[in-house]
Amino acid sequence: MGCELTQTVLHGYMDGELDAARAADFERHLISCADCVAVLEANESVRSSIQRAGLYERAPRALRQKIQAQIGGATQASVMPIPKPASWRWLAIAATVLLALFLGWRLPSLLPGNGETALASAIVDAHLRSLQPGHLEDVVSTDQHTVKPWFDGKLDFAPPVRDFANEGFPLRGGRLDVVRGRTVAVLVYARRKHLVNVFVWPTTPTTEADSEPVSGTQLGYHWIDWRKSGMEMCAVSDVSRDDLADLQRLLVQ
Amino acid sequence: MNARVEGESLDLLDPQDRARFEQLVLPHLDAAFNLSRWLLHGRADAEDVAQEATMRAFRFFRGFHGGDARAWLLQIVRNTCYTWLEKNRSVDLSTEFDEELHAKPSTTPEALAIAGDNRERLTRALEELPVRFREVLILRELEGCSYKEIAVITSAPIGTVMSSLARARQRLQRVLTQPAGQARQEASRGL
Repeated sequence: MGCELTQTVLHGYMDGELDAARAADFERHLISCADCVAVLEANESVRSSIQRAGLYERAPRALRQKIQAQIGGATQASVMPIPKPASWRWLAIAATVLLALFLGWRLPSLLPGNGETALASAIVDAHLRSLQPGHLEDVVSTDQHTVKPWFDGKLDFAPPVRDFANEGFPLRGGRLDVVRGRTVAVLVYARRKHLVNVFVWPTTPTTEADSEPVSGTQLGYHWIDWRKSGMEMCAVSDVSRDDLADLQRLLVQ
Repeated sequence: MNARVEGESLDLLDPQDRARFEQLVLPHLDAAFNLSRWLLHGRADAEDVAQEATMRAFRFFRGFHGGDARAWLLQIVRNTCYTWLEKNRSVDLSTEFDEELHAKPSTTPEALAIAGDNRERLTRALEELPVRFREVLILRELEGCSYKEIAVITSAPIGTVMSSLARARQRLQRVLTQPAGQARQEASRGL
C-alpha cells in the first residue's frame, strides 16, 4: 500500500480544487513521493485521452425540437394538433413575442446592481450560445489587421481589436452578436484550452463616463464589465477570475 | 402520450417563467443529454429520459430559486436516470463497487496511453464502470463540473465526490488495460 494522498488530495490537486496553500504543500510532497508522481501521471494521461477522444454527446436536434414544441405548445396541447410547418412558424413568433415581453420586463431595471445582473445574464447566455458548434466566430483570424477591417460597414462603431498572443491571450477571431436588442462586436480570445468572449459596444449618453470594472459570476461563468473611452466592454469566460482580470487590464492599456 | 394531463400542468407556468426557463435551463440540454447517454448507454433511451427530465424540470421550475441552473437540471436528469435504471436495468445499480484500493498504478504509462488512444476501447471501459463511478467521471472530465457542483448533482458530500473520483480513475485505468473479457467478468463479480 503506497501513499494515501493518491486517494485524496492528489485528485483535488489535479482537479484544481485545492486552495493555493494546499496546492503548494502537495507540490512539495510530490518532490519526494514517487507513488503520487506515478498516479498523477497515469491520471493525467487518461484524462487527456478522454478529452482527445471527443466523447461528449450533444443533444440531437430532434430532442431539442420535441422539448421546444412541448414547452411552447403547452397551452395548445389540448387543442387540435397544428400542422408541423405552421406550428414551427407560430412557435418562432411566439418565442419572439415572449422574449420581447421578457426583455421589456427586465430592461427597466437599470438600477445599479439589478441592471448589471440582467446585462450579465444576457451576455453569459450569448457566451453559451457562441460555444455551440459553428457559432463562435464569423471571421477566423489571429491577425488583428484582418479582424478589425472585417467589422467595417457591419457596425456603426469601430471596436478596438488587438492581439495579446505574447501575453497568453491569442486573438482567435470576431463575430457580430445581439445583446439586449443591440448589435455588438465580439472579440474571441483563447486562454490555454478555454475561450474568452469580449463583447464591445459604444456607451450611450447616459452611461458615458468611464467606469471601474465590475465583475460577477453567473452559471459558473465569470464576467467583468467596464467602460472606457466611449466603449463598454464585457469579458466572459470559464477561465479563472484572475485570468479574466489579466485580460481586462490588457484591454484597457 | 397524455397531452391533456401534461397540457394542464404545463399551463401553470406563466410566459415570464417560460422565457426564464428557456433562457436559463435549455442552454444546458446538451449536458442533460450527455449525462443520460453515459448513464444509460443507449442513445434512444437517453433521448427519452433527457426529454422526460427536462419536462420535469420545466414543471418544477418554480421551485428553482436562482443559482446554478446546470447543476439543478443535471440533478433532475440523474434522478430520472436512476429511476429508469431501477425499472429497466436494476443490475446496473446493484453492482458492488467497494474494492481494495491500490495506490500504485497497475500498469505502465505506455500501455495506458496506447489503450487510452483507442476511442472504442475507452468508451467500452467507461461503460463498464459501475454507474456511480461513471457519473463522477463524466461530470468531471466531460462536463467540467466542480466538486461542489458534482456534490449537488449526486446529492453527496464533497469528500465523497473526491473519493469516488479517486476510485473511478483507478478502476478505469484497470479496465482500460485489461483484456476485454476479463474486465467484464470482474465487473460482474464486483471486483
